[in-house]
Order: sequence, then structure tokens, then C-alpha cells
Amino acid sequence: MRRALPALAVAGLLSLTACGGSASPDAAGTSSSSGSGGELTGTLTVFAAASLTDVFTGLGDQLMAENPDLDITFNFAGSSALATQITQGAPADVFASANQTQMGVVTGAGLAEGDPTVFTENVLEIAVPPDNPADVTGLSDFADADLTLAVCAPDVPCGAAAEQVFEAAGITAQPDTLEEDVRAALTKVELGEVDAALVYASDVQAAGDQVEGIGFPEAEDAVNEYPICTLAGSQNPGAARAFLDLVESEAGQRALTDAGFRSPTS
Amino acid sequence: MAFLVLPLLGLLVRAPWSELWPQLTQPQVGQALRLSLVSATLATLVSLVLGVPIAWVLARSTLRGRSVLRALVTVPLVLPPVVGGVALFLVLGRQGILGRWLYETFDYTIPFTTTAVVIAETFVAMPFLVISVEGALRAADARFEDAAATLGADRWTTFRRVTLPLVAPGVAAGAVLCWARALGEFGATITFAGNFPGTTQTMPLAVYLALQSNPEGAIVLSLVLLAVSLATLLLLRDRWLGRSGVPT
Repeated sequence: MRRALPALAVAGLLSLTACGGSASPDAAGTSSSSGSGGELTGTLTVFAAASLTDVFTGLGDQLMAENPDLDITFNFAGSSALATQITQGAPADVFASANQTQMGVVTGAGLAEGDPTVFTENVLEIAVPPDNPADVTGLSDFADADLTLAVCAPDVPCGAAAEQVFEAAGITAQPDTLEEDVRAALTKVELGEVDAALVYASDVQAAGDQVEGIGFPEAEDAVNEYPICTLAGSQNPGAARAFLDLVESEAGQRALTDAGFRSPTS
Repeated sequence: MAFLVLPLLGLLVRAPWSELWPQLTQPQVGQALRLSLVSATLATLVSLVLGVPIAWVLARSTLRGRSVLRALVTVPLVLPPVVGGVALFLVLGRQGILGRWLYETFDYTIPFTTTAVVIAETFVAMPFLVISVEGALRAADARFEDAAATLGADRWTTFRRVTLPLVAPGVAAGAVLCWARALGEFGATITFAGNFPGTTQTMPLAVYLALQSNPEGAIVLSLVLLAVSLATLLLLRDRWLGRSGVPT
């Protein structure tokens, strides 16, 4: 199934961009106008990690409002699926990855234009039900076998990060369940079925009042860096550059921090 | 037919035969397989104890709300298993209707235990047994029971000595279907019971997680599950299913 999915998505995208092209046939070819203040036209296709869905959709709407002739299409999915699609020739202008590894896949294939820059970071946080019934205070509580605890399975990225922080803190974790993805771990907290779970800060933010987040210093040992780049095969480099500038602008960074991400430290 | 068989052939073609033994002898594989077999068998036993009486009521009684009862029994058949898992949480979870009472009174919680695995599997698989047994009961000639009654047998004796032997093949077929469904259960289990090696990680859960990081390992685990299912079906087919057919 994993092998079939990217191919399907690529097929879907091809037909999508084909439709966009026929809607404004002359725009796609003579699209790019250079960044500052000028009217951007044509189609821009952004491939971005699923965790960026809300923030990037908002930023995209903003850019389209400023440039009425610009049409932005997003493809949100897991970073590894996106990297595979790009190396298989999917027509993308911008790639924003949730980790350096998958960006490395794209730069390794020589498909990135210039060097990717880290535009935001996400760290692990402890999510507890409202009012924190088990009085969880820090990472050391994950060694308490009496608590009901959820962490991600080591096979998925948030689980790998969890293993890293436990190791750095010298803690032998006593989880009751190894969840298949970060959303599943968060759901168990929302239902009040676990006392605490280890998830990303942006997930805690997205869950609103249903969970409380507790930061912990060991999270610095597993910081998830989000790199972004324009792609060498871009049909619309001007608009791609403008989108990158917007993400890295003050407004873009504010949208990200509001969603629980944090500005890059380095 | 090819649509049904080709995916299975795909598993065989793509299987990393040279790595088969090292992958199989990993301790997690044996652990997950044992847990799967034990919990599916327990779920089948629970389904027999609870399901046969339900089937009898559906087939034999003249209760008024029978059609409603039948609809309720078949709901888990059409419900997405993940939804079933959430529903189980809402009743038996720590914050659930019954679960909260259990937790506050006995300090006992069901989720994330092997008990939760058995409950999730029973919830999803029992309808298969009920439907099979009900079909068998309908097909069986009720006059034998009437005859037994006129000869002085009470209802329990009639059920035990006449009805059960008549529908035994149907019960067996239902139990096999139920067991196979329980063995493959994924959605309700991972939702309600979570995933922890040795306690709640059954084979389907192990396959799904292996797929994230080790596709070769996932194929090997899938093959084991396929082999176990096929072996069971073949073994039982000769004994029961072959003779009378599946009465659904």
C-alpha cells in the first residue's frame, strides 16, 4: 500500500495542475514576476508537512488575497511521502519538510534550488487532561509504572524523538501503550484515558482546551527542525520565492508561534 | 476471483525469503503471535457463551422486539472497528459510564490490558457467530424439539440433547468465522486496548507498525498470519465445514 500511494497522489496532482493550466492557459507559461510588491500570477504548488496544514493554508490565503491572479495549491502529507513524490517528478514549486532527513532526500537528488533554510521548530511536550488529575510535573513521571501513559511507537517520528529524550534524561519509561501516531496519543489524553502522553507542542496547541501542555528541559535533545526550499524545476520561481519570504517574515513567524511552533534558535 | 487472490500472491512474491528465518525468530513475533492466538480463542469462547443464547432467542422465541434485537446484534458488523473502539472507551474506559464506576470502586481499569483486547475482539467478532448459529437454528427442524417436549424432556434437556447436536455444524462454522475475524481485528483493538508488546500488541498491530519502519518485516508477519488462518480453515473444513456447508 505504501508503494502505491505516492503514485496515486502524483497522478492526482498531475490532473490537478492540468486543470489549473487549462483554466488560465496563458498564465502558467509567462507567470513569474519578481517578488517585491509586484503582482504575482500563475499557479504555485506547495508541498508541505501535514503538521503545517493550518498555518500554511492561512498564509496561502493571505498571499492570494494580495495577488488576485495567483493560484496556490497545497499538497499536505507526511514528509517522507512528499519527498518520494518530488523525487518521482511531481510538479512542485516549494517543499517544506517536518525534518532534515526528508529534505536531505530532495537535496540529495539535486532537486532543491539553493540551500534549504530552517524556518521553524517543534519540540515535544507533555500533554495531560485538563486539571492534570495525576499531577504530572515533568518527564520523570514517565518512569512511574502506576500512571497510565502513552508515547508514540519508536517506528514513527514522534516515538523516535521520545526515545531520544528518555535516553538523554536517563529515564526508563513505563508506557502502557505505544501509539501508532501522534494524533492517536493525543486522542487518548483528550478522552481522559491516559494520565499523560508525549506529543509535539503544536499538537497540544491544536487540541485547545481539551489538553494541557507541560514543557520540559529535556525536549531540547530532540528538536524537530523544519527546513523549506524552492525547487529547481519550479515553473513559477517568483511566486515560490515570495511564499518563502512570507513564511520567514514577521507575520509568518507569528502565525507559526501562535500554532505552537517556535522560531528557529540557530 | 483474481481480485481476491492476487494480493495474497503479491505477499508471496515480495516476501524476503532469505531473511525469513532471522525475522521470524525475533522475540516480538512469537510474543505477538501467542497473544493473537490466545486472545482470539478467548474472544471466541466468550462469543459462544453469550452468542448462542442470543441466536436462540432470535431464531426460536416469539419476542416482540426481535427484529430490533437482530439489527442491534448486526451493528458491529457494519460499524467501522475504530468507531467500535471509541464506543468501548465511552462505556468501559476510565471515564466511561461503567468504567468510571469500576475505576472508582475497585481501582481497576480495562483499557491497555489483555482483557481489553479480548473485549474489543468479542465486540467485533461475535455477530459472525450469532448470525451463523441463528441460520443453523432456522434450518433445523423444530419438530424434533416438539417431539422431545411431548416425550417429557424439559426445555434445557431439549436444548442440550436435541437442538445443540442438530446445529453443531452451524455453531462450529460460526465459531471458526468468529475466531478468524477476532484474529484479524485491528481497529477496535488499537483504539481501545492500545499497543504494547506482550500485553496488547496482536499480530495485525505488529504488522501495521512494522510497515512504518521495516516493510520487509511487515511482509514476514503478514505471511505468518496468512499461514495460521489458512491452516486453521483447512483443518476445520475437513471436519465440519466441508460436510454441511456454511449456513449463512
